[in-house]
Amino acid sequence: MALSGLEIYKLLPRTNCKKCGFPTCLAFAMKLAAKQAELSACPTVSDEAKAALEAASAPPIRLITLSAGQKKIEVGNETVLFRHEKTFYHQPGLIVRLRDTLGAEEIKRAAAEAAGYSVERVGVRLGLDGLAIENASGDPAQFAAAVAAARTAGDMPLVLVSDNPAAIKAGLEKAAGTTPLIYAATEANWQEMAASAVAAKAPLAVRGNGDLNALAALVEKVKGAGVEDIVLDPGVHGMAANLAAQTQLRRLALKQNLRILGYPTIVFAGDGAASAGDEIVAAAQAIAKYAGLVVLDHADAATVYPLLTLRQNIYTDPQKPIQVSPGLYEINNPKPESALLVTTNFSLTYFSVAGEVEGSGQPAWLLICDAEGMSVLTSWAAGKFDAERIAKAVKASGIEGKISHKKLVIPGLVATLSGELEEELPGWEIRVGPREAIDIPAYLKNVWK
Amino acid sequence: MPVTVNIPKEKWTGRVREITLGATSAEGGTRGRKVVVGGEATLPFLHFEGQIPHRPVIAVEVQDRYPNDWSPLLLEAWGEVAKDPAAWAKKAEELGADLVALALKSASPEAGNTGKAEATATVQAVLKATTLPLIVYGPGQAEKDNEVLVAAAEAAKGERIVLGNCEDKNYRTIVAAALAHGQLVIAKTPIDVNLAKQLNILISDMRLDMDRILVDPTTGALGYGVEYTYSVMERLRLAALTGDSMTQQPMICTVGEEAWRTKEAKVNTGVPAAWGDWKARSINWEVLTAMTLIQAGADIVVLRHPESIALVKRAIDQLMAG
Repeated sequence: MALSGLEIYKLLPRTNCKKCGFPTCLAFAMKLAAKQAELSACPTVSDEAKAALEAASAPPIRLITLSAGQKKIEVGNETVLFRHEKTFYHQPGLIVRLRDTLGAEEIKRAAAEAAGYSVERVGVRLGLDGLAIENASGDPAQFAAAVAAARTAGDMPLVLVSDNPAAIKAGLEKAAGTTPLIYAATEANWQEMAASAVAAKAPLAVRGNGDLNALAALVEKVKGAGVEDIVLDPGVHGMAANLAAQTQLRRLALKQNLRILGYPTIVFAGDGAASAGDEIVAAAQAIAKYAGLVVLDHADAATVYPLLTLRQNIYTDPQKPIQVSPGLYEINNPKPESALLVTTNFSLTYFSVAGEVEGSGQPAWLLICDAEGMSVLTSWAAGKFDAERIAKAVKASGIEGKISHKKLVIPGLVATLSGELEEELPGWEIRVGPREAIDIPAYLKNVWK
Repeated sequence: MPVTVNIPKEKWTGRVREITLGATSAEGGTRGRKVVVGGEATLPFLHFEGQIPHRPVIAVEVQDRYPNDWSPLLLEAWGEVAKDPAAWAKKAEELGADLVALALKSASPEAGNTGKAEATATVQAVLKATTLPLIVYGPGQAEKDNEVLVAAAEAAKGERIVLGNCEDKNYRTIVAAALAHGQLVIAKTPIDVNLAKQLNILISDMRLDMDRILVDPTTGALGYGVEYTYSVMERLRLAALTGDSMTQQPMICTVGEEAWRTKEAKVNTGVPAAWGDWKARSINWEVLTAMTLIQAGADIVVLRHPESIALVKRAIDQLMAG
């Protein structure tokens, strides 16, 4: 956790020599705390102070990277417990588990399917991030073959899952050239696992037994063996226990600045799940509550698409709603007699409305009003989508020179604006459209004339 | 040197109000059992930190007219019972519902414009068909809401039913009906902490006890603003636990209605193959919306699909097994 100005001041020479460019050491300390100055500006600071300040400025949850070719997963470096406090930065990697007992051909097929999965949502391409290959057979050779098979899918970062150091070694050979996660060091195998991680320069997962004290002790040993990049598995079972452990780990890192447990976590959503439905529920919890990597056993589209959507939602920066540019959008080559619809510049609103109009096959003009990136009802309640703003948008758009009518369709949710709008836009007819975007095609077809 | 980890626990000073839905014969009603929600003294399911005396519960939505605008998947799942609210409520109870949420949609001018008499008859029939406590929703238009909710409150005297929704522009008549007949209300505001507090103040100013008010923070479905609802609910719950009295109401989320009107759940033509199997995707959509909001503090979720009921119930079992 960052030090306060006063705490930093105590570490400075306190000579007020002004060489840093600030009038006093205290003023310099305040600037350091606000991250508006660099410690290197002080020529006389001691090495001990330097080390203390550097340690304090390291992120409380270490950033861990897995990679394969062009593709990488970065997790950790989070700074808050609740997204409304700021935002969550590094969305959890969604990883598909394949067991080496499936056989090379099936692994190739499933790996290619996972690598190829892609879906677009609000203008963003979403997909799966990696593959976890598990040594279910117990045989290192079969594990190595499975890792080799998974690599045929192209750039997909790997998690190598085995408690057997010999299997991990064999798997690492086949994963050469990538940065996989080794899963996992335990009380029984940590020396060999740590040695492999150091040799391969790969991050190492450390699995506990449910007790965070024991987990911290194990991390300390692994760190002592030279491993710096660590991922935690608290080793608990069930959704309640997992929520408790994930919450405790996040709080320890952020509120107590406990470096020894300041690492991202991995959750196997399918472990202990009685069905695909139970697994998706556990995965959803892990996404909302602090997991760094979420491993799935079911990776069919009907499972993956809702989870990718949830991840996108939870990791949207609440400080900046995704917006589209205000202005006039032409859909399906509108003509002078085509309908004119107005809505807000919140991205979801835009994509829902534009998507429906497009899908309807009916040509239309879509006027996007600057409502500060809020949805129709929210912006209306906040006074950012009122008659005055809509009228201004209509006038600024130049639409009057493009259409042969003076009819404006407003969202049904703000039907109440029609009276005021008729005053703001003399000569215009204000029509109340559907409340939901999904009803727009029927509206354009049946009601719009 | 061995590290000692001090498990971090917050010392919360406030807790969520306990609210009782339904009345058994001992309390002057006819329900088989009452349902108590709220009472949490910590964030959702953090059993290591504080008491969570009551589990989140599932209300199943039942309409008083055949919901031909619903997804075909829902109509197929419910079949013939969807034509009769009493039979539908009974089926919902069999499938594990904790509450029945009866929507008097036929009172809408576009859907039949039924009035007091029909509302009274429907409420009485549903009360008879199920032993579960009841939530009754109007059609969502101020005038008609007032008309049918007053009738419902009267018809269910002594049953401690919940009347929804009170909104800032229309709450007086509904609150008065709750006061007159001993019922509860839902206070609904659009995804905003301060608006939620303000409406609670307005309603309690009419002398309705705070243990008769549920809050609906307005639900955004997965992919359609769920993160807004999620964060507002987290903020409301944190405020409740830090002692802000006007945020300590249990929360209800209309998950089924929102999840099933998304394009993902409603249609299966002209959608990307990457969306996956229609039915599995739609149920996942409802379940994930529900579980995300339960994680943020929802005390009641209103659901629509029978398979979602079972899945969400199992997940709540797990989360309560602290």
